[in-house]
Amino acid sequence: MTEPLLRVRDLKTYFVTEQGSGTARAVDGVSFEVQPGETLGIVGESGCGKTVTSLSILRLIPEPPGHIRPGSVIEFEGRNLLTLEPRELRAIRGNQIAMIFQEPMTSLNPVFTVGDQIAEAAIVHQGLSRRVARTRAIDMLRLVGIADPEERVDHYPHQMSGGMRQRVMIGMALVCHPKLLIADEPTTALDVTIQAQILELLDRLQAELGMAVMLITHDLGVVAGSADRVAVMYAGQVVEQAPTAALFARPLHPYTEGLLASVPRLDAPPAREHGRLHSIPGQVPAATAWPDGCRFHPRCPYAWERCRAEMPPLLDAGGEGEPGTHTVRCWLLTEPRRRTPHP
Amino acid sequence: MPALVDVQGLVKHFPGERALLGLGRPRAVVRAVDDVSFAIAPGETLGLVGESGCGKSTVGRAILRLIEPDAGRVTIDGQDVVALGARPLRALRRRMQIVFQDPYGSLNPRMTVRQMLAEPLAIHRIASGADAQRRIAALLEEVGLDPSFAQSYAHELSGGQRQRVGIARALSVEPHFLVLDEPVSALDVSIQAQVLNLLAELQRGRRLTYLFIAHDLAVVRHIADHVAVMYLGKIVERAPAPALYAGPRHPYTTSLLSAVPVPDPKAQRQRIVLAGDVPSPAHPPPGCPFHPRCPHPKKDARCRTEPPALREVAPGQLAACHFAEQPL
Ligand SMILES: Nc1ncnc2c1ncn2[C@@H]1O[C@H](COP(=O)(O)OP(=O)(O)OP(=O)(O)O)[C@@H](O)[C@H]1O
Ligand SMILES: Nc1ncnc2c1ncn2[C@@H]1O[C@H](COP(=O)(O)OP(=O)(O)OP(=O)(O)O)[C@@H](O)[C@H]1O
Ligand code: SF4
Ligand SMILES: [Mg+2]
Ligand SMILES: [Mg+2]
Repeated sequence: MTEPLLRVRDLKTYFVTEQGSGTARAVDGVSFEVQPGETLGIVGESGCGKTVTSLSILRLIPEPPGHIRPGSVIEFEGRNLLTLEPRELRAIRGNQIAMIFQEPMTSLNPVFTVGDQIAEAAIVHQGLSRRVARTRAIDMLRLVGIADPEERVDHYPHQMSGGMRQRVMIGMALVCHPKLLIADEPTTALDVTIQAQILELLDRLQAELGMAVMLITHDLGVVAGSADRVAVMYAGQVVEQAPTAALFARPLHPYTEGLLASVPRLDAPPAREHGRLHSIPGQVPAATAWPDGCRFHPRCPYAWERCRAEMPPLLDAGGEGEPGTHTVRCWLLTEPRRRTPHP
Repeated sequence: MPALVDVQGLVKHFPGERALLGLGRPRAVVRAVDDVSFAIAPGETLGLVGESGCGKSTVGRAILRLIEPDAGRVTIDGQDVVALGARPLRALRRRMQIVFQDPYGSLNPRMTVRQMLAEPLAIHRIASGADAQRRIAALLEEVGLDPSFAQSYAHELSGGQRQRVGIARALSVEPHFLVLDEPVSALDVSIQAQVLNLLAELQRGRRLTYLFIAHDLAVVRHIADHVAVMYLGKIVERAPAPALYAGPRHPYTTSLLSAVPVPDPKAQRQRIVLAGDVPSPAHPPPGCPFHPRCPHPKKDARCRTEPPALREVAPGQLAACHFAEQPL
């Protein structure tokens, strides 16, 4: 296997909350790798720690109230980002690692034209002149599929639709040809038609530019078509990780199973014919109060005493590939016969 | 059976805003809703689907007269809603309620859940005192919330819990008809399923009639008996749900269906990715409003000039496309 582009080991990012409600262990021992050129999907419900994980990689966690715990490792091309000088970090951030955020409207500045905002990154990181950077901005708008880029370059964000703003964000992120793009729910606020456009655009750009992508979403349907591998997060931890085909063919963690079953599908009979849509009962607990034992046990249809008492480690699920290709944080792997839901 | 909700020729245009300081030319009129008709039988659900800005919420609000329609006839529970004076309209309001999309913005941040639920009971003089408290406890239970949530404020609730409070609030006045304006769009898939199941249960238990607004055809499939697809202020296809999903006749419906992500990496689907954005409803294209984005191979000069009428192309299935007989 080649050297990974990004290696995250035992990442712990905690927040000390006000009013003494305790420490929010938003990300609590997360490990994964991203290979050059591949797409890693990160999936989980709201509050599972997906955004905090990506902000930690860029070291954009507000300190205080947040901090990355000692012992955490984030290596990019073999260099530990957590020990870099601010100057070295700036040279990587926005240049070699870029991010598109969840909210396209709030992350574009309303008082600058989209062209100026795209050009800015190229001026800061690559020392281009204003004139050359403007040409680069027009090229980026064209690359992300915006019609009339020469005219659009002088428009302000409010003159564009949600889908166009998200394209501008992608153009801005890609202007320095990063090796890694972190896309945090790039399509969640958009119509399905525009979502399909953006996902196709990301696929195409990835093939053309050879970059790696971390695609963050709460919808397993979105990663199925785009990701090479998927990490499922629950309550600040990775609970299952596998190549995409293996994960969908054999979802082993009860949380993955539940997430997959709750996606409304067009390729299966509608729930009306069976009565109910599958749903996971309850909700993600607060990050200050993760349950003891397996953090999923209060919502799990299989849980037994051991689940309430002991936290399961990431266990190897076997299957194709080398050991560690498909890992699952669930005691069922040690007692498969318990895989029958309680009434 | 006579329809519970009957809408004929509904029109709502918004006046074009003037540029800054009222100077300059006034902007073009926004044709948010342009001649929309449908009916919903008692106890049934009509799913109203389309992209952002196509006029779905405006339809929902205009039929409840939360905004005044410019033209059209709306009958709910046998009453002509458009002609109604203020007082009878207030009485009818008890029979028709709306649940909004945004579970974050639609609840008063300074009220507890109990106060939010007590308010409509007081306004409509339904219950007060101990009787109101009993009803509130029963409502919370009905929407699957622990009674202890009565003391909570909106910011202390998750998205799914807020949406349950919004539903409980709408149900408190015992309506017959609910407009559900994207009730699950802002929720995670797992919580979406919880809320959809709840809505289906309530419908069965209370014999409710729903207008269910969504931008995603996959979500609507699990709750709708009929589906209407909107594009730029007009209904472009309307059919019983099984017929629409099995055999869409309008290329826009086909495109919307194909855009839904399928959670199966092996699925070899022919994805139709629509080019471009929805045009502005202030400047709808001439001819068929969908023609600039339409992927139909037979698209021709007629599509650019002659607006296709919404017509029956199969029993109960209406489509507004010149080539509805040769669907994509
Ligand atoms: N600044 C902060 N202070 C305290 N807690 C925080 C802070 N930022 C995040 N958290 C907590 O960390 C947990 C993880 O949050 P995060 O934003 O990473 O979730 P997410 O998986 O991205 O969810 P979503 O799908 O809603 O974006 C949440 O419980 C959140 O409340
Ligand atoms: N009060 C208003 N004044 C002017 N224009 C309006 C007003 N309300 C809505 N519009 C316009 O009417 C059109 C239809 O809006 P509407 O909110 O009904 O769309 P929608 O289908 O509900 O979209 P979404 O999915 O984004 O909620 C849009 O172009 C919108 O900008
Ligand atoms: S460890 Fe137990 S509670 Fe946790 S997911 Fe597995 S079966 Fe469920
Ligand atoms: Mg997030
Ligand atoms: Mg709307």
